[in-house]
Parts: sequence; structure tokens; C-alpha cells
Amino acid sequence: MNFEFSDEQQLLREQARGFLTEHCPTSAVRAVLDGDQDWDAALWQKVAEMGWTATVIPEAYGGLGLSYYELAIIAEEMGRSAAPLPFSSSVYLASEAIQRFGNEAQKSAWLPRLASGECVATVAMAERAGRLALEQLETRRGGSQLSGTKVPVADASVAEVAVVLARSDAGLEACLVPLQQAGVSVEPVLTFDTSRGHSSVTFDGAEAEVLGETTLNPEDWESLLDGAAVLLAWEQLGLAETALTQARDYALQRFAFGRAIGSYQAIKHKLANMYVKNTLARSNAYYGVWALSGGSDELPLAAATARVAAIQASTYAAEENIQTHGGMGFTWEFDCHFYLRRAKLLSLAIGSEAVWQDRLVSALAAQSAAA
Amino acid sequence: MDFNDTPEEARFREEASSWLAENAPTDDAFRALSPLEQAKVWQKRKYDAGWACIGWAPDFGGRGASAIEEVIWRQEESQYDLPANFFLIGQGMIGPTLMAWASDEDKARFLPQLASGEEVWCQLFSEPAGGSDLAALRTRAERDGDDWVINGQKIWTSGAHYSDYGVIVVRTDPTVPKHKGLSYFYIDMKAPGVEIKPIKQLTGDSDFNEVYFTDVRVSDSQRLGEVGQGWQVSLTTLMNERAAIGGSFGQMDVSLAMSVAAEVEIDGRPAMEDAAVRARIADWYVQEAGLKYTGYRSLTALSRGALPGPENSIGKLVGAPKMQAMSSYLMDLLGASGAIADEALAAKAGIIQRAYMGAPGLRIAGGTDEIMANIIAERVLGLPQEPRLDKGIPFNEVPTG
Ligand SMILES: Cc1cc2nc3c(=O)[nH]c(=O)nc-3n(C[C@H](O)[C@H](O)[C@H](O)COP(=O)(O)OP(=O)(O)OC[C@H]3O[C@@H](n4cnc5c(N)ncnc54)[C@H](O)[C@@H]3O)c2cc1C
Ligand SMILES: Cc1cc2nc3c(=O)[nH]c(=O)nc-3n(C[C@H](O)[C@H](O)[C@H](O)COP(=O)(O)OP(=O)(O)OC[C@H]3O[C@@H](n4cnc5c(N)ncnc54)[C@H](O)[C@@H]3O)c2cc1C
Repeated sequence: MNFEFSDEQQLLREQARGFLTEHCPTSAVRAVLDGDQDWDAALWQKVAEMGWTATVIPEAYGGLGLSYYELAIIAEEMGRSAAPLPFSSSVYLASEAIQRFGNEAQKSAWLPRLASGECVATVAMAERAGRLALEQLETRRGGSQLSGTKVPVADASVAEVAVVLARSDAGLEACLVPLQQAGVSVEPVLTFDTSRGHSSVTFDGAEAEVLGETTLNPEDWESLLDGAAVLLAWEQLGLAETALTQARDYALQRFAFGRAIGSYQAIKHKLANMYVKNTLARSNAYYGVWALSGGSDELPLAAATARVAAIQASTYAAEENIQTHGGMGFTWEFDCHFYLRRAKLLSLAIGSEAVWQDRLVSALAAQSAAA
Repeated sequence: MDFNDTPEEARFREEASSWLAENAPTDDAFRALSPLEQAKVWQKRKYDAGWACIGWAPDFGGRGASAIEEVIWRQEESQYDLPANFFLIGQGMIGPTLMAWASDEDKARFLPQLASGEEVWCQLFSEPAGGSDLAALRTRAERDGDDWVINGQKIWTSGAHYSDYGVIVVRTDPTVPKHKGLSYFYIDMKAPGVEIKPIKQLTGDSDFNEVYFTDVRVSDSQRLGEVGQGWQVSLTTLMNERAAIGGSFGQMDVSLAMSVAAEVEIDGRPAMEDAAVRARIADWYVQEAGLKYTGYRSLTALSRGALPGPENSIGKLVGAPKMQAMSSYLMDLLGASGAIADEALAAKAGIIQRAYMGAPGLRIAGGTDEIMANIIAERVLGLPQEPRLDKGIPFNEVPTG
């Protein structure tokens, strides 16, 4: 057994952190949050040059062929800086879907361009409020044409192509749909985190091809989400760590009643609770990325555990960081709210806490039935 | 004890509800007004008919109604979607402070205008260096003949930008221990030297402000309480803040939760049938009902002449975190679309998302969760304070970091 990252991986972390500190300061997040842009296009360019979009794409398709450990490290740093990028959509979800479910031609067509970052992709799943129910999807494919509406779709406004969950007479499918075509309209949708663009995407007889030219086994889609859950957990962990660091720094510097507020147990215990949740989330994220890298059959349990822990840690840290800052934390001008928005946004993507608690217990039950 | 109306109360409820039915404005012309204008129009209409600040004495613009009648009135009025928050600070906190501390002339001059909504008031307490530690405030007032000259800065002043008057706590003597060197005044917000700068909040709105004072002159007759008695006067305001804010937070209540749970499905069945969802709703109801009845119990005590006490801190301590937890959970139920804030597309026109972004402010405004818990521990349960470095020494010698 070995519970630590390798030296090279630690080096990658330092490099990633240094890079994002320089190129993604909080002013960059603020610029996207405040402005009309849906992403920081220049930052994406630089991130692509670093090879991060290529991390786990096989070398045969222009990728670096590295492991999920490396990607987890990058994900954590992305979270730490709340990067205004479509990284989770394009890298954890869409690239993975094409790699897992695409046929040779589809992989050759898209993966090299996703690896180089010249193409951004996203995944379109939700159609209405509530849990995603695969058997109830109303987006339909007939022949090479797709019709239906997906909302909200993260990052659709900056993506060239989307992997769209749909149904045909044959059953569930993941369809590859270029977004710049006549049959597709992408309308902006306001969310509480405008540092990531969201859209309503309507397909009206859009040209679409089925990934892998065959129906999708729901378990395979869930397995894709397990992988994304692990990587999102690392990203949320990064958010939670920044929130804790900010809270700690402020607690040391802010005085009330003649003492640093960090000297009051109410604040101390709050920060200690953040640390505890972050540590549980980190250790569960280690377990998750180990299961993901090795293709372990423990992945469903490990992924659900990592995701639930990360949702809890990141929302708690973000909420209590604001609380620690008092009135200052409630201003637009302080950065505390970036982490609240992003932590909640990522908590709602790919199924919220209760969905994953449910999956966690199902995975536990399956495991004990098998034992 | 009786949770039902007495015949007399039932008659009062009937009178209130029929007046509301005839007079509550719902027309398009009213809806086209800005929220502040709506609030003023409605407040004036109530005032003219004797339904404003009904618990206040008739001389001050009320009708001397009992505390129970106030509850009944609030219940009936809350069935209409009418703006009221603009007057919460003035009528809920500053009115009672004026009643307790102002001269008879000032009461007669200001209270009716406060009740009618023709004059709006704000609370100039918090400063950059004094929020929870209010008594650490630094804004100075120096005596100059019959006047005082104020210099300094306030922050987080809700509604300063639309207020006519404000109450302010200032330091009149920095050489004595912090609580002893404070005095309390009311001021004209349009006075020369008062400068108001809006602060953008996390929600994107700007409801609160920084207020700068440069050589602002106020007459000594605008002082409430003695020189050096500002802390006691402030406590009157703060205690009434508890009673005024209470535990009811906008529309984040169990009926909203039930309505979302009825509309959204889990595994093909309404979320209302899901045991985990039901358990959450039950927990929130327990909190809501507990707060409501705690409020009624303290009103009964008030009606027997008690002053609002530190036990009122429970309302905000329960209500604000509940608002945060409930809005977070309801977004979870909505799934990915829980992130949508666009009024036209979001479930419940986006009020859940707005509540989640607003809740952190309510956990801080009017005394943070931590301060509310300290008040309960120290003032209700009698536990000792944590060791203090700021007590018993002159204010200008207190450590400031
Ligand atoms: C939406 C909003 C509206 C407001 N409106 C007004 C207004 O109209 N007028 C006005 O005067 N003020 C207003 N305020 C200010 C409000 O009263 C203060 O923000 C609040 O009292 C906290 O003070 P602070 O911001 O300085 O935080 P701080 O006092 O610096 O607190 C920072 C953190 O330290 C904690 N802390 C401080 N002391 C202790 C202790 N002894 N033990 C444990 N923890 C402690 C706090 O709980 C908090 O978590 C408003 C604030 C908000 C957010
Ligand atoms: C925004 C805000 C809202 C607040 N709301 C309330 C409230 O609703 N109820 C409340 O009790 N306090 C309230 N307080 C005050 C709170 O109880 C603490 O007194 C304050 O936060 C810490 O002040 P201190 O330690 O400087 O004063 P302390 O050391 O607590 O008190 C200073 C002096 O005031 C006296 N004093 C303090 N509280 C009371 C009281 N309740 N009755 C009589 N004398 C008192 C003390 O005996 C002492 O002489 C509020 C404070 C803030 C900042």
C-alpha cells in the first residue's frame, strides 16, 4: 500500500499551483463573473499549452496518456483558483465520453482537437427540474437528426460540440452534435455563477451522430459519471481549501473586543470543522482517484463517497468563510462569494448530494451482497 | 392558554381582514411603482385608516392595540404580497428607542411621520472597526457650543440612501472605558457633510452603504440619553431589533418546500413521497412552528409590560441558518436546473436562488450567529464571557491588531 502521490506528481502540483497563481488570480475570476464573457479564453489557451486538456487522452490521439492522478491534481488546483474555464465539461465529461463510447473515426476526429484545447466540448443532460431520469429523456434522435431541449447546459456557449444524452427507437444514446449548425440554437441562461456560462440548447432536426453507433448501456453512463464525480470532488476540495485559507487569514487579522476573532472558540471550532471536513473529503478523494485509475470495481462506492464528502466540505467551507468575514464577506468586492457560487454549482452538476448518497448506499449494499 | 381567537379577537381579525380586502392595493398602477414607492403608498393608506403601527399610542400614530392584536394584524396582512421591509428598522427598532429616550416634542414631531411612512429612518451603528464589537466604534463627536461636530465613518447602513433621518452612536470620550464614552443622536441624513456611498452586496444588489461624516453639525437637542449613556440607548435599539427581525425570512418556508417537493420527481414519484425529503420538511416545520409560538409567548410577556429580552435572539439564530439550509436543499431537489437564477426560467421565479445568496447576509446582519449564541449563553444562561482585553481600560488603550 502507498497513500501518497509520487514525487513527479507533487512537482506537477507545485507547477500547476504556480501557474494558476500567476495566470488565474482572483481578478481573472472576477472579470468573467462581472463581464459579458462566459470564460477566460486567454487562460484556456495557456492551460491548453500546458497540456492539461490532454492529460488522460491516450498518446495515439494526441494526448499525454497520463493517469487520473495527474488529472486529479490539476482539478484540485483548478478549484483552488476557481478558474473560469469549461474544464470539467470538456475534460472530465465530454472528452471522457468520446474516449469511452466513441468509435475509431469519432475518436480520431475529436480527441486530438480536444487534447490540444482548440476544441471545447460539453455534455448536455438535464431537460427539466429534478433528478435526471434516463428513461424519461425527451430529446429524440431519428435517423441523423436530433430534436429536443437541454437546459441548463454548462459551457455550451463556448463549446464546439456537445455530447447529448437522447433516446431513439433503439433506446438510450449519447449523440455527438456540433453546436454551430442551423438546427441548433444556444440561448444564454442566467445562473448564480456567471463565471461559468450556461445555456438552454434547442435541437431542431440537428445533425447528430451516435457515439459508438450503438445504444448506451445506462451503467456505462453511470460509470462515466463516477469518474467525473471523483474529478469534481478534487476540484471542490480545491475550493474548500481556498475558503479555509481565506477564513484562517482573516481570523488572524480581524480584531473584535481587543482580540483576534480567531481567538474565540466559536471561530476556532468553525475553522477546525472546516479542516475536518476537508480532510475527510481529501482522503475520500484519494480513495476515489485510486479506484478510478486502477479501474477498480470499488469505483461506484469510492466515487460516491468522494463526491458526497466533497459536496459537504466545499459548501460548508464556502458558507462559513463568508460568516467568518462578517459584513465584509457579504460584499461583492471581497472574493468569498466566488467559492460559494462555484461550490454550489458543482454540487448541482451530475446529480446533487442526495443522488450520490443514494448511490453510495446502493454500492455498499451491492458490495456486502457480493461478500 | 388558548391558541384560538377569543370572540373579541375574532371580531378584530374580521375587521382587519375586511379592511385589507377592500384596501390592499393590487392594481397594475400600484405594481408599476418602485418597491419603495409601493411601500410608502401602502403605509400611508394604512396610516390614514388607523392601521399603521397599531401597537403605538394614538398620539404617535397608532391605535394602542394589544400585542395579540398586532399578531393578528400581521397574520392577516402577510396574506397579501406587499412591501414592508423599508420601515422595519425605523418602526421596529428606532420608534421604540424614540419612545423610550426622546423628548416629548421629538416624539410628537417624528413618531407619526415614522408611522405614516412619510419619513424613513436608518441605523448608523456599525463601523469598519466595530461590528460585533459595536462599542469599539470610532466615529467622534466633539462638543462645540450648543452643537456637536461629527467626524468618521459608518458602514453597512441599510437604506441610508433613501432615508430621511438616522440614529447614530458616536464616541464622545475616548479616554474612558469603551462602553462609557458613547453617546446617541438622531441626525438629518441630508445634513451638510453626510456622504453616502452604496456598497454592492454578494447578491448583486446595493441595499447597504458606507456613510461618511465630515464636520457634520448636530444640535445637542438631538441627543437621546445622557452624554456617555449611548451604549444603554443602543441596547434599546438592538433588543428591539431582535423582536423586529424575529425568525420569519421571506418566502423560504415549509409551504414553499412542500410545493417544490410536489412538483419535482425522484425515481418517477413526487419528491413529496420520498422519506428523506419528508424528514427535512418535518424538521423545518418544527423550527418554524417553534419560532412562531416562541414569538407569541414573548408577545404575551410584552403585553404584560416586560421589555424585549435577550431570549429573542433565538429567532434569528434559528431562522437565518434555516433559510440557508432550506434554499440549498431545494436547489438540490431541482438538480442541475437548481443553478438557474433567471426569473423567467427558474422554478419559483428564482426566489430560492436569491434566498441562498441572501442568507449569508442574514446570518450576519443584526448580530451574527456567533454573537446571538453568545447572548443566549451569557445573558440568558449566565455563563461567563471569554477573557476580555478591552474591559476596564480607556478606549484609546484597547489592542486593535
Ligand atoms: C445585510 C446586512 C445589513 C446590515 N445593516 C446594518 C444597518 O442597517 N446598520 C448597522 O449599523 N449595521 C448593519 N449591518 C452590520 C452588522 O450589524 C454587522 O455586520 C455585524 O454586527 C457583524 O459585524 P462585522 O461585520 O464587523 O463582523 P465582525 O464583528 O468582524 O465579525 C467577524 C466574525 O467574527 C465573529 N466574532 C466576532 N466577535 C466574536 C466573539 N466575541 N465570539 C465569537 N465570534 C465572534 C463574528 O461572529 C463573525 O463571524 C448589516 C450587515 C449586513 C450583512
Ligand atoms: C448587531 C448587534 C445586535 C445585538 N443585539 C442584542 C440583543 O438583541 N440583545 C442583547 O442583549 N444584546 C445585543 N447585542 C449586544 C450583545 O449582547 C453584546 O453586548 C455585544 O455584542 C458585546 O458587547 P460588549 O461585550 O462590548 O458588551 P458587554 O461586555 O456584553 O456589555 C457592556 C455593558 O453593557 C451591559 N449590557 C450588555 N447587554 C445588556 C443587556 N442585555 N441588558 C443590560 N445590560 C447589558 C453590560 O452589563 C455591561 O455593563 C447586540 C450587539 C450587536 C453588535
